[in-house]
Amino acid sequence: MKMEEELLAIIEKNSRIDLKELAVILGVSEIDIVNTLQKLEEEGVVCGYHTMINWEKTSIEKVTALIEVRVTPQRGQGFDNIAERIYKYPEVQSVYLISGGYDLLVTLEGKTLREVSSFVSDKLSTLETVLSTATHFILKKYKDHGTILGVKSEDEREIVTP
Amino acid sequence: MRNPVSDTIVGIKPSGIRKFFDIVTEMNDKNVISLGVGEPDFDTPWHIRDEGIYSLEKGRSHYTGNTGLVELRKEICNYLKRTQGIQYDYSKEVIVTVGGSEAIDIGLRAMCNPGDEVIIPQPSYVSYEPCALLVGAVPVIIDLKEENEFRLTAEELKAAITDKTKVLILPFPNNPTGGIMERADLEAIREVIIENDIYVMSDEIYAELTYKDKHVSIASLEGMRERTVLINGFSKAYAMTGWRLGYACGPEEIIRQMTKIHQYCIMCAPTTSQYAAIEALKNGDKDVEEMRAEYNRRRRFLMNAFKEMNIKVFEPYGAFYIFPCIKEFGMTSDEFATRFLAEEKVAAVPGTAFGASGEGFLRISYAYSLERLKEAMKRFAHFVEKLRAEKV
Repeated sequence: MKMEEELLAIIEKNSRIDLKELAVILGVSEIDIVNTLQKLEEEGVVCGYHTMINWEKTSIEKVTALIEVRVTPQRGQGFDNIAERIYKYPEVQSVYLISGGYDLLVTLEGKTLREVSSFVSDKLSTLETVLSTATHFILKKYKDHGTILGVKSEDEREIVTP
Repeated sequence: MRNPVSDTIVGIKPSGIRKFFDIVTEMNDKNVISLGVGEPDFDTPWHIRDEGIYSLEKGRSHYTGNTGLVELRKEICNYLKRTQGIQYDYSKEVIVTVGGSEAIDIGLRAMCNPGDEVIIPQPSYVSYEPCALLVGAVPVIIDLKEENEFRLTAEELKAAITDKTKVLILPFPNNPTGGIMERADLEAIREVIIENDIYVMSDEIYAELTYKDKHVSIASLEGMRERTVLINGFSKAYAMTGWRLGYACGPEEIIRQMTKIHQYCIMCAPTTSQYAAIEALKNGDKDVEEMRAEYNRRRRFLMNAFKEMNIKVFEPYGAFYIFPCIKEFGMTSDEFATRFLAEEKVAAVPGTAFGASGEGFLRISYAYSLERLKEAMKRFAHFVEKLRAEKV
């Protein structure tokens, strides 16, 4: 594996790993790591360092919805214009252009069901180019960002084996 | 009453690992961190497990042919062709066994007459010597040296050969040292082997776990295929220890005799495991690569940690072990490991569990998460500091 590729794979899983440790486990100098990270940030390859939070374990109420949106593409703009109008809402977590039965997949986070549904009926459906929406509420997250939630694995191996 | 047991088995010492295991178990302390395990920490990749489950759902719960499923043997041959360039005939030169361990046992039983000498380089895996003794063969130990990075040299081999020598066991990449034999090292011993007309049992169970160049099998060298039994398996490469599946490839005559023993004692390797293993060989390359990369990161971490502690250690390029030298503390490996366990709650296996030449060394397994290794190295550093202060 190339160093840069391996570096990305590691920090994608653990962005808090310190530079010295990265240098040691990748077998390069700390300066190399700093320079590579800086380059990756400048190029927009590394876009941010986020924290994965299992909100279900907190007392904070949140609902997440996946919304399928069918739209009419605009001449000269394709889907970009409409996507932009949607992703500018801060409550929108992600917007993807999708192949298949519909066009845009929007994930939305709100405090309550009502908040989400009013966003869909007031903001989203009323956009001129939007033909239809289908809203799916997430009931439970089992796995997110490659991490299985809520299950702690234990080392079940014997303590000493040949 | 008559003595109920055989003198041969009574004469064989229980494994040094077992002794240490008992000490750790007796402590029964939840704070003990183990670095003593000889198996991957990863679970078997899901697609491989899934194939095993699927085979059960389809009712594949019967014996397979003695030498294993045809499809599996074909995949094994494909694998050895693409990684080593060796061509084996799946119908005559391959046998699927219950782990590499069974292959070692039946291989020696198939090759040795009582009184034949079996050369065993040590430190090495614990089963070679007992298996040789059980067939009435005479183990001849070569004490490998740290200054050679625990590789086997032509001189050492030459010195151990007599006219009774039948088999050389070649355990590389090595458990417990992490040492490897590169092409040039193999070329050097090849001449001695051919000149003296001896056979090789090459235990390559860690073949996929090397961190320098790709592993080279001695069977791929000119004139060696016809005098080598190549042993490998699924435990280490695919994290499949519990599935108990290995194999041996070699000259038809040896495999035929091994098959006879296997047929009477074992019948066939577990069917579920065989189906899972087909999937491993077909679609498991990416898993192996990812696990290898992770082991390599841990290996570098440990090398650096020991360097920072000023502990003498050679750089291991194989398996998932590092073999630091603890001679500076003036204790035996046993004493060191026992005190390390009692005072710092870290279990690492004394080098002597793998042969007398492991004296002065400790086997540290890095089949553990980096987090765990970090904590263990913190404790190691603390222990070392204490011991050095005691000496002053």
